Amino acid sequence: MSKKTAYLGLMLALALILSYLERLLPFDFAVPGIKLGLTNIVPLILLYRDGFKYAFGLNIARILLANLLFGNIFALTYALSGGVLSVLAMAISKKTGLFSITGVSMIGGTLHNVGQLAAALIVLRAPALIYYLPLLMVAGLACGLLVGFTTALVLRRLEKAGL
Amino acid sequence: MLKKADIAAAAAILLAAWLIFAFTLPKSKPGNTVLVTVDKQEYGRYPLSEDRTVEIKGIGTNLLVIENGSAYVKSADCPDKICVNHKPISESGEAIVCLPNKVVVEIN
Repeated sequence: MSKKTAYLGLMLALALILSYLERLLPFDFAVPGIKLGLTNIVPLILLYRDGFKYAFGLNIARILLANLLFGNIFALTYALSGGVLSVLAMAISKKTGLFSITGVSMIGGTLHNVGQLAAALIVLRAPALIYYLPLLMVAGLACGLLVGFTTALVLRRLEKAGL
Repeated sequence: MLKKADIAAAAAILLAAWLIFAFTLPKSKPGNTVLVTVDKQEYGRYPLSEDRTVEIKGIGTNLLVIENGSAYVKSADCPDKICVNHKPISESGEAIVCLPNKVVVEIN
């Protein structure tokens, strides 16, 4: 139990570092707010190694902490709805057994952006935001692809190292 | 590393994105709708491509006709009939204004 706690703490710290790193990288040249989604590597690893419960919990904790530490509290609604939808979608698509980890990640990346935009639509009541949706979906797909490949590599290394 | 289902999912997402794009775009594209306002309030929006007759009842009454891709005011109860004498409009940005009834018929 304490080993698991330490492990999850370590993973949370890793996710926070990745969140921070991502804020340092200017990646939102086309649409404000677009991020690479590197942070998603951690919940994805947890989803495959430890199960949905841990991936979900870690993601919520990570979003709350990251927004408190170096984000802004106003973005929390968007971040949370994106994070929750993304992990749920990844867990479901993993459970179907149809997709590889890359496919699961692509679905998660897309749904993350859909969730964020849905929250923005509800909060701001600005229907014009819907024009961003196709762009955000494609961006989420592309970033999810990269993240999925990376996570597959990480998982393989971890397995080889016997961890 | 990629399974068939992965590619199918990616294709489905791209298709959905494209559909949403195609579906939402025409609304912002100029030149195909007739916007009617009465006293700065939106009264209605009608596609220029569909023939119809609209009775604009506000301060007075103006009869708007949309026909063969252009719009004109057929009759009105205003005193000067400037709107009725205005040529049919079809290009983006063109407008027919009836000042007495505060009616603006605009193409956008």
